[in-house]
Amino acid sequence: MADKAIGAVMVVGGGIAGIQSALDLADGGFRVYVIERSPSIGGVMAQLDKTFPTNDCSMCILAPKLVDAGRHPNIDLKILSEVTGFKGKPGNFKVEITRKTLSVDLDKCTGCGECAEICPVEGTNPFDENLGVRKAIYVPFPQAVPLVYTIDRSMCIGCGECERFCGPNAIVYDMEETVTESIKVGAVILAPGFEEFDPSKLTAYGYKDYPNVVTSIEFERMMSASGPTGGHILSPLDGRIPEKVAFLHCIGSRDSSLGITYCSSVCCMYSLKEAIIAQEHTPGLKTHLFAMDFRAVGKQFEDYRIRAEEELGIKITKNNRIGSIEEDPVTRKLTIRYIEGDHILDEEFDMVVLGVGLRPPINGDYLARTFGVELNEHGFTAHSTFKPLETNVPGVFVAGAFRSPKDIPDTVAEASGAAALAAAVVVEGRGDLVTEIEYPEERDVEGQEPRIGVFVCHCGTNIGGVVDVPGVTEYARGLPGVVFADDNLYTCSADTNKYIANMIKDHDLNRVIVASCTPRTHEPLFRQTLKEAGLNPYLFEMANIRDHCSWIHMHEPNEATEKSKDLVRMTVSKARLLEPLVKPRIPITPRALVIGGGLSGMTAALEISEQGFEVDLIEKTNALGGNLRRVTHSITGEKPQDILKETIAAINERKLITLHTGTEIETLTGYMGNFDVTLKDGAVLKVGAIVVASGAIEYKPTEYYYGRNPNVITQLELEEEMTKGAFAPKNVIIIQCVGARDENHHNCSRICCTTSMKNAIALKKANPNTNVYIIYKDIRTYGFNEDSYLEAARLGVVFARYSDESKPRLSYTKKGLVFRVFDRFTNTEITIAPDLVVLNAATHPDPKNKVLAGLLKVPLTQEGYFLEAHMKLRPVEFATDGIFACGLALGPKFISESINQATAAAGKVAAVLSKDFAEAEANTAEVDSEICTGCGTCIQVCPYSAIERGEDRKAVVNAVLCKGCGTCVATCPELAIDIHHYSNEQLYQQAIALIKNGGGA
Amino acid sequence: MNPIAEGSGGKKAATAEGFEPRVIIFACNWCSYSGADLAGTSRYQYSPNVRIIRVMCSGRVDPSLILKALRNGADGVMVSGCHPADCHYINGNQKAEVRVSFLKRFLPHVGIDPRRLGLEWISGSEGELFAKIATSFTEEIRELGPNPLTGDDVPEVR
Ligand code: FES
Repeated sequence: MADKAIGAVMVVGGGIAGIQSALDLADGGFRVYVIERSPSIGGVMAQLDKTFPTNDCSMCILAPKLVDAGRHPNIDLKILSEVTGFKGKPGNFKVEITRKTLSVDLDKCTGCGECAEICPVEGTNPFDENLGVRKAIYVPFPQAVPLVYTIDRSMCIGCGECERFCGPNAIVYDMEETVTESIKVGAVILAPGFEEFDPSKLTAYGYKDYPNVVTSIEFERMMSASGPTGGHILSPLDGRIPEKVAFLHCIGSRDSSLGITYCSSVCCMYSLKEAIIAQEHTPGLKTHLFAMDFRAVGKQFEDYRIRAEEELGIKITKNNRIGSIEEDPVTRKLTIRYIEGDHILDEEFDMVVLGVGLRPPINGDYLARTFGVELNEHGFTAHSTFKPLETNVPGVFVAGAFRSPKDIPDTVAEASGAAALAAAVVVEGRGDLVTEIEYPEERDVEGQEPRIGVFVCHCGTNIGGVVDVPGVTEYARGLPGVVFADDNLYTCSADTNKYIANMIKDHDLNRVIVASCTPRTHEPLFRQTLKEAGLNPYLFEMANIRDHCSWIHMHEPNEATEKSKDLVRMTVSKARLLEPLVKPRIPITPRALVIGGGLSGMTAALEISEQGFEVDLIEKTNALGGNLRRVTHSITGEKPQDILKETIAAINERKLITLHTGTEIETLTGYMGNFDVTLKDGAVLKVGAIVVASGAIEYKPTEYYYGRNPNVITQLELEEEMTKGAFAPKNVIIIQCVGARDENHHNCSRICCTTSMKNAIALKKANPNTNVYIIYKDIRTYGFNEDSYLEAARLGVVFARYSDESKPRLSYTKKGLVFRVFDRFTNTEITIAPDLVVLNAATHPDPKNKVLAGLLKVPLTQEGYFLEAHMKLRPVEFATDGIFACGLALGPKFISESINQATAAAGKVAAVLSKDFAEAEANTAEVDSEICTGCGTCIQVCPYSAIERGEDRKAVVNAVLCKGCGTCVATCPELAIDIHHYSNEQLYQQAIALIKNGGGA
Repeated sequence: MNPIAEGSGGKKAATAEGFEPRVIIFACNWCSYSGADLAGTSRYQYSPNVRIIRVMCSGRVDPSLILKALRNGADGVMVSGCHPADCHYINGNQKAEVRVSFLKRFLPHVGIDPRRLGLEWISGSEGELFAKIATSFTEEIRELGPNPLTGDDVPEVR
């Protein structure tokens, strides 16, 4: 068929968004071309030291993704490339790519780095924000993917030394400067990221003149272990350790004098993170943040802020936009003038960090023109609320900061969402252009003496800063069975994995140990490396000397080193007993279950069916729509109720979707590929994957006479009133954060500030004489929502700020309601007699989540929302394979954000269902029938009915059903049953190695 | 010098003076091990005496393994799993609870103080709790002093 969609997608931009889209699509059976302008993928996330709110090391969580993308057989990385032409229609585009060659043959370069050693020219390193140095021939950072060298033409003096020295002859001076090729794809995802705001024009901050004024990204590089100062915060002026550091927010954001009115969404949190990490790194350091509002709007962000303020003593002063910095010409100290209460104060600092905002990407305009994509008034891409990832050009999608400034989890969700939408365009081409991974034949290690290789990781300074890593390596070398040991800066980087594979071959290793971080995140990566080196992936074991050692014994280096040695010794003892294992394959039922019929659930169901799979959609009430049923108008003018009607109609029409309303799950068993579900109405379902979209609830206030006085209502009730017409209150008070950000509910509900603006604007527009007061703690209209704040203010909405110490008071007299609040902005007491009080009731987790989480065996946060597998990089997945989540069930969010997550979850489901089989666990139980007496104890305890009686009445394990929990092993009175990879002997040797100092060996 | 001897493992103080307990926590992969990871990510500092052994489920830890560890001189052993009803394998933690309480009653008969054996439920979101429990259990063991058994004097039991 001539018009069949091409099973390939182009992703423009190789930051975390582009990488995530590429991985999702490649795993789903499509070919992916990633077009990256710089010499490596990784984007800004590669430059970051840590990520909020978990303080995960950014490179540590990114590196495995870089490696995955770099070695994925279905991903083509096109570095140093730019799109120069675009034509065609969805399913069949032709994109022209122009690549700079920079005189290095990318196929030949091995990344050995000899050229950079020999290169005589040194200049500043842009990856380190020009705080460090690099050669004219370089890789941007050690974990770069692909690991190939590039010549910086602006620095190169043309001496030709590198060409002469290059072993593999990869450097060819007279290579053509650019090459152009044309690539056929069915869909395009734009993910070019953002540009940092450049503060040099703002002379009042002295960024150009005062060396100790730095930008947040420069500060980030200083904090990074692999950065120019080796992870130490040092004053750029004289290299001294600063005692006091100030952080100024909103530099290049929320500033109409610059024409940049939007909020950059992430600066509050990254500034706080930088303050926390700086204080942790630098004993005695004091930090002080200056902000207008503190916008901690994400999941558990408020908890993070509370800890920073209460435990670390970090000072956050609000109500301040600092306009200038003064440097003392003699002491070089920097003075900041700010307001606190009624006082104007001057405070001196050693360093000032400018929290620079996020601007549209530098090539944003160019891309928009090339692809014909519309931009909004801020220079980011334009979208509708209900189609947040689609552009005006069908088949072209956008993910990440090019849509609007945002943090990593939102970016990743969008990337997966855009991947799902792109997949739906090219679905007929699934599998057409993919390459199967071919592994070398597995080496037979049966009967061989253990030859163990130990790789000890510095993890930048995460481990190396505390633990004596070379000492641990030396110690490992002497352990029985160890024939090779080495230490590495980042063991998870692509080059180190290559190195591990080489060492396996060179030293004929048959067991491998990595002593670094947690196997929960990194084991899969290293196992892959073993496979590629021809070793069975189960001949691998990790010692967690970071999460379980260096990070928790930061001030006890000797103890931490001794403990690391113990952990390595224990791991070696186990590793000696490791055996090769094979994963059994399980067939996949190509059908999905979506729990919850709100907007998220409906979106997920529709998107899964778009990719051709059947879906069961269950809704506990009798009607679809969830919370959206109560949203009557949107800030962009779109009509939520019309969209809701259309969506419900689409669900009803879609043949692939089976709707179950008025019912809930009764029982749920099984595993990815094969879940058995029964519903309360008796229906029996069999599905291969599950999406949790069960939503959240509006808090029912107990404060402010709610429920006792008819003139006190909630925000959603206000919307319902407003549609009724004949509604003309004179004095309306909207109180923010009711049931949020208090002692019992720490976190912020994210959407309420913007909802207030929306309703305040509507009230004002309906009747300009209505007085509307918004009583708030912080205005958190992040991103482009800031426009609504400005609009509300322009229309004359009055704002008053309260704090925890002075909560608003409402009294109820015969004459009516009297409202009082002490305004922290003007420091005056305000009294108003309202005829309507609107409580901005928080979004709260559904108490029923507990039951559902129990059925699904997935975790909840302490607050009661579903807890995703990883806060940053796996925002819609659970640790349990085959189960995903989206929308309010994970935490408060906007409509468009719910849609993005739902689309992302749908894409993940489709990727699972598109495979013929899944692989089950290899670490299953096995019965030694010689010893088994057939008592049947194991059969009784097995939670999965995976054990049966064989012909001789002895126990037999069904390896596909066995999940490897090992409870049978712990029960067997005869020790006749054992479990692979966690065997009696392995655990015993591990324990004894600790107690007996290796005496078990 | 034999590099093994450099490890701190074997140097058991004979007296309570300068005694550093050797504590093993068997942590289930899905909750407690990730709780311990979170303690790390959140930098909750806790006692360096604890060594974690990862098992898939608390229900995997059989009494004979605990007994072997204690008879060979571990100063304290703790089994840690998901909260009741949270076990990734339905109810492995319940089984662990039964086994541990049974074993606790048995321990005095073989000359082991039952307080050397602990059982705790710690979820993946309770990094702080993990740190607290690790420290308080170590302190309890420190109070009890070194485990008098060394494993050399007892025959292997099954
Ligand atoms: S998985 Fe944690 S106790 Fe069973």
